[in-house]
Amino acid sequence: MEYALAFLLLAAVVALVVALPFLRTGSAEAEEDARRAELDAAKEAKYREIRDAELDYRMGKLSQEDWRAVDRELRSEAIEILRRLDRLP
Amino acid sequence: MDPARKRRLRLIVALGAAAALASVLVYTSFSASTEASKPSQVRPGHAYELTGKVVNGSVSHAGDELRFRIRDRDGHRSVPVRYAGAVPDPFREGREVIVSGELRSGTFVAERDSLVTKCPSKFTKEKRRS
Amino acid sequence: MAGIGSACLAVGLFTALYAAGVSIYGARRGRRAWVTSGRRAIYCLAGLMVAGTAILQSAFLRSDFSYALVAEGSSTDTPGFYKVTAMWATQDGSLLLWALLLSLFSAAVLFLTRRSLREIAPYATAVLGVVAAFFLVLMVGWENPFDTLAAPPMEGNGLNPLLRHPAMMIHPPVLYTGYVGFSIPFAFAVGALVTRRTGADWIRATRRFALVAWTFLGTGIMLGALWSYTELGWGGYWAWDPVENASLMPWLAGTAFLHSIMVQEKRGMLRIWNVSLVCGTFVLALIGTFLVRSGILDSIHAFGASTIGTQFLVFIGVVVAFSVALILARLPDLRSRAKLDSLLSREAFFLLNNLVLVGLCLVIMWGTFFPLISEALTGDKASVGPPWFDRLTVPLAIVLVLLSGIGPVLAWRRVTLRGLRRVLVAPLALTLLALLALLVLTDASQSPPSLVMFCLVTFVLAAVGQEFWRGASARRTVTGEPWPRALVRLAGRNRRRYGGYLVHAGIAVLFLGVAASSAFHDQRDVRLSPGQSFRTGHYTVTYRKPTARLGGDSAGTGAPISLGAVLDVKKGDQRFTLHPARNYYPTQDPSKGVVSRYFEGEANSEVDVRWGLKRDFWLAVRPDLASLDRPIREADRRFPGASNDVQAVVIAALTERYRSHPPPAAFRAIVSPLVLWIWIGGAIAVLGALIAVWPAPEARLRRVRSLYAARLGRELSRA
Repeated sequence: MEYALAFLLLAAVVALVVALPFLRTGSAEAEEDARRAELDAAKEAKYREIRDAELDYRMGKLSQEDWRAVDRELRSEAIEILRRLDRLP
Repeated sequence: MDPARKRRLRLIVALGAAAALASVLVYTSFSASTEASKPSQVRPGHAYELTGKVVNGSVSHAGDELRFRIRDRDGHRSVPVRYAGAVPDPFREGREVIVSGELRSGTFVAERDSLVTKCPSKFTKEKRRS
Repeated sequence: MAGIGSACLAVGLFTALYAAGVSIYGARRGRRAWVTSGRRAIYCLAGLMVAGTAILQSAFLRSDFSYALVAEGSSTDTPGFYKVTAMWATQDGSLLLWALLLSLFSAAVLFLTRRSLREIAPYATAVLGVVAAFFLVLMVGWENPFDTLAAPPMEGNGLNPLLRHPAMMIHPPVLYTGYVGFSIPFAFAVGALVTRRTGADWIRATRRFALVAWTFLGTGIMLGALWSYTELGWGGYWAWDPVENASLMPWLAGTAFLHSIMVQEKRGMLRIWNVSLVCGTFVLALIGTFLVRSGILDSIHAFGASTIGTQFLVFIGVVVAFSVALILARLPDLRSRAKLDSLLSREAFFLLNNLVLVGLCLVIMWGTFFPLISEALTGDKASVGPPWFDRLTVPLAIVLVLLSGIGPVLAWRRVTLRGLRRVLVAPLALTLLALLALLVLTDASQSPPSLVMFCLVTFVLAAVGQEFWRGASARRTVTGEPWPRALVRLAGRNRRRYGGYLVHAGIAVLFLGVAASSAFHDQRDVRLSPGQSFRTGHYTVTYRKPTARLGGDSAGTGAPISLGAVLDVKKGDQRFTLHPARNYYPTQDPSKGVVSRYFEGEANSEVDVRWGLKRDFWLAVRPDLASLDRPIREADRRFPGASNDVQAVVIAALTERYRSHPPPAAFRAIVSPLVLWIWIGGAIAVLGALIAVWPAPEARLRRVRSLYAARLGRELSRA
């Protein structure tokens, strides 16, 4: 008896919580936030790569020409991400 | 050497190493293994890993040695065992044990420190339902 | 209350299945509301599992013996700490623990990714929901932790005394956190494969979860080893037991995964490796969970056939088949355009690292499942022992340590020979010095593998030290900071890298301890009467006197009887005393006599260890009860059905007799060098992992600010 009552009660609570999204509307903004968050994460990762490469060069692991080449490539990739971020409204 | 050929070469080396490891694995495991058996199956002149239950009332100490009889899990055929070395804490009569050694003149002479006792069952088949 | 608990499980099962269903529907039809509903269902699941666990724990703490689980594993005289932890000493309770951890982790990851990974997250939700549903089905259908007894007993069975050790009780939750943690990257990998978004997004979102899982799994393994060393009477920490191996294998695969994803993040390579590794790690984690309760392998932990072994096997089979099919189907999306430039690059070494770790994993898997393999091939069930494992894993471990030293000093893409020479000169020089010192000053040459390992450990520590030093001086040329601040700032700004280096250093130290203690330990088994002594490893050990304690053993496990010894150990000027003992717990077996009950139940060794940075002195005692046999049987005969007070008096008299007329006792003494460094090395590795996982506040702040700025922009334009 306790089991049946608890089952119904808990099921009702869960049903309420999961039904809420269907009653709310419009999330074009949420889409945009998601895209922005993804691009931001990619941007942070790219920044870290640029810093890592510079650290490698300063520690003597990369020769100067190698570092220049890698740095140029990474920076252009970062600029591309920044451009895409700017295009978002 | 052009890159494609270099890559194929690396792949061949890698596969060769894997094959070598695999053959080492198979060869050493089959030659170094001990056969698991029940007390009713042991024969002299062969190393075994014996699994069975300690016969109730058969445990005795003779100096440094532990002596007991081991029987099949579901049977009555038992074999006397002489064992020297560490005795695991859960060792009791009626418990299931694993011990390695060889049968010599009717007694299973165990390898030192090879006695393993299975922990008493925590996860049993019996279920108590309300 | 038990009914509410059961209802939590049943509703949880439906919630998990609902989450899986709506997430997939919402993803396929592009209906965001459905996906959000699925995510919220996972939040609800977490809440339900927390509620269920709370109900069960309160039953344990209240010693409510109407719950079958409480009656089985606890008693009124079980100390409080062990009451709480008794929940996961049982099968049902540990399934609930798995479900709890899984739902909490799932809720956490879905909350953190609620605004990103829009395409992948729904499928990840579905996978997590299905896995949770599996564990819930096991509980609802077979092993319900909330089963009640029609006639609750007055007293419970109490906890198995072998488990009354703090390390053993934290061991399951820590280990399970490790196993469960790997389900998160697995779920997102599946999502990435299904949606063909095989870039690094799924990796970035789940990397921290994988690292946390790996850390917990490693800690769990070490806790198990520590327990074995300090609690069991054989004095070792690793026996290549199937259950030990079952936890090591996912850890090895997880290590490979953590390294391999770096290559995908940097260069987009090794994508097939990464999805395969994460699926493999998750499957191995399931196997690890399953092996303890299956009875298919003979092990000290295998408890005979259990009721849920087949279900686990089926589920694992389904997961394997599904993963393989999915990876094969998406093979074209996984091939990378970039190719390996040079063998002298970080990418190449990471690939080699993958191969060695997977190789280790396969070796251990082969050895662990050999009884089944040989039975299938030859009809005889044969098994391989620790010597075989040692023989095959030591060479691979040596290669692994070597790689862990070279890897960090390399750069991505390509390292010129000149660059390589510059970074390797100092570590190699130090290694050579160490080799000479070891050959001349110690007898390390007696064990060539250990000698090699010692040299490689020196190499790794030197390489790591060099990285820190060079990195800090590189900072100083730009900022001119003092050394301490440069080091801290360096590690702070490059947490992943320097945290990782610290982990390498920790693991190297751990291997140092393992190599030294395995190859150079000194073990003696003796029988002594009080007053006698023996020598081992330059120590002289004298058995001073026996001890007998009633009701109140030194370790706090609630043992009524504790018989032991006091021994004086001497070496040159050094002097110390050890107090090993053996605890005896009564058995409830009604066929045993009233007094012999106390001596024929479980017994376990309270080992005494004198820890030392250079070596440990480990001592265990096994009192000989044979001399008490006759008095015990006499007492059984004379006092059948005696009251508790009479029993106490009789026991006191017997133990007093042991103390005054002690028979010779069996002692095992082990002197092992550098064992402490195993635990120290592990702690260093955990510290390194913590540093690597710590989020960088500046990056998150920037992200949050930019989101707010965007919202502001929208709302302004609307006004």
